[in-house]
Amino acid sequence: MNTLSTQQGVIRTALGRMFVSPMAGIVNILVIGIALSLPAGMYVLLKNAQGLVAQLSGSPQISLFLAMDATPYSEEQIRRQLNDHQNIKSVEFISRTDALNTLSEETGLTDVIAGLDKNPLPDAFVISPRTSNAKQLDELRNELQKIQGVELAQLDSAWAYKLEAFVEFAHIAVLVLASLLSLGLIAITFNTIRLQIVTQRDEIQVAKLIGATDAFIRRPFLYFGAIQGLLGGIAAWLIILSSLQLLKQPLANLSQLYASNFALEPLSAGDSASLLLFSLYLGWLGAWLSVARHLSLIESR
Amino acid sequence: MITFDQVSKRYPGGIDVLKNVSFELAKGEMAYLSGHSGAGKSTLLKLIAAIERPNSGTVLVNNQNVSKLKSDALPYLRRNFGLIFQDHKLLFDRNVFDNVLLPLQICGFEYKESAKRVRAALDKVGLLGREKSNPIALSGGEQQRLCIARAIVNRPSILLADEPTGNLDAEYAEEIMNIFNSFHQVGVTLLISTHDAALLRETNLRIIELKQGAIQPHSRYAADLHETEDA
Repeated sequence: MNTLSTQQGVIRTALGRMFVSPMAGIVNILVIGIALSLPAGMYVLLKNAQGLVAQLSGSPQISLFLAMDATPYSEEQIRRQLNDHQNIKSVEFISRTDALNTLSEETGLTDVIAGLDKNPLPDAFVISPRTSNAKQLDELRNELQKIQGVELAQLDSAWAYKLEAFVEFAHIAVLVLASLLSLGLIAITFNTIRLQIVTQRDEIQVAKLIGATDAFIRRPFLYFGAIQGLLGGIAAWLIILSSLQLLKQPLANLSQLYASNFALEPLSAGDSASLLLFSLYLGWLGAWLSVARHLSLIESR
Repeated sequence: MITFDQVSKRYPGGIDVLKNVSFELAKGEMAYLSGHSGAGKSTLLKLIAAIERPNSGTVLVNNQNVSKLKSDALPYLRRNFGLIFQDHKLLFDRNVFDNVLLPLQICGFEYKESAKRVRAALDKVGLLGREKSNPIALSGGEQQRLCIARAIVNRPSILLADEPTGNLDAEYAEEIMNIFNSFHQVGVTLLISTHDAALLRETNLRIIELKQGAIQPHSRYAADLHETEDA
């Protein structure tokens, strides 16, 4: 009974109803598209931010600046302590003279530095810890800070961890937003289908009188909801794509200023498919709820 | 084919529309259902198609108890019937062809086979040339014939017609009765409700007369009807 040709007929019916009032249909699709593109677009940005954080905090380092009056003896003692520490992978010593040379080479401030009557930089150890867990890193830093002769222990990627925490927070915010807007999408479809059922009232009544099953009557409405949801999803996808295209150049300029080659990743194929399937499902669900609610009100007389 | 046994129907808050109605319609029989408007003719037809349910008594169609049927079995019961409505119930958002196509779509027929059947049905009622027209452009008689085409396209075994000649002049009415007679000849069971006295006077068919919701025991034949009409 559910042959391919009848399925095609149902899809034709559903599309036909969409084009009865094309303007209203387009507005609906646009509203759904915008509602979906907000959380989906934010999700794309967040995913990029996460990638950036991972890149930056991938190899955390702790810088250990020694007191200015540290003697070679205390430096040697500290080095031994660090080498023996089980949470430390490797230790690199940067003497104050090396540091000053590097600074003058990299910044081109040779004249200024030559003019200094004494070296303002301290001796330093750069430590690569074994862990990359934010809490353990913080504990390690506190421990190193207590070593005698250490002026300052600084976790280099601390800001990256703060960003990571923020990204996590934003993730939940996006989820809340997505849930709310999904409900909105269901409501839009619910209402569209309700209006359709009202206008199709005669057809539904006659069809019931001449032996139509509920499934037969329900089907075009469900297809309509699903197709409208899918088209809304496609609209959202296009909105995100064009927005990212707009952001691309300014972001490249910005990232160049920070000597990074960070580029925005667009929606992956998997994410695109999820977006389209999700919008299709939401449209179908809205239609289903509406049909379940309103169809029983039209009883054959 | 159709059996009513002690059937009563009362609408909520209203009077009894049908009171202890019992009758039997044999397979292939054609009969009139007569009576003044408000006598319960439409309600009786609705009970057969399970559009309404009786308050008491049983309605049997093909030995199936219609009043006990579950709602998801109703569509399949109704496919046995061709229903011809007093108000036609045509759909004005589609052309004549698509109106007749609807029952076949509901039953899931292939389009090619459906198109053949639709044209055959339209030919039968003399509307083959109007298949592209909107039903709103048809005259009252043509609309009635379109309604008949839709009722017969599914080749039902039972035709139920509610006042099919109600608003038509004698010439159109005769045309429609000729169509019904041709179905009777090929073995379709027909029950036709009417209050058209001229039609009833001429017929040799059985007449079931309803008066205030009850069947008049002595009015099985046309001759009897004249007496009650005159009274």
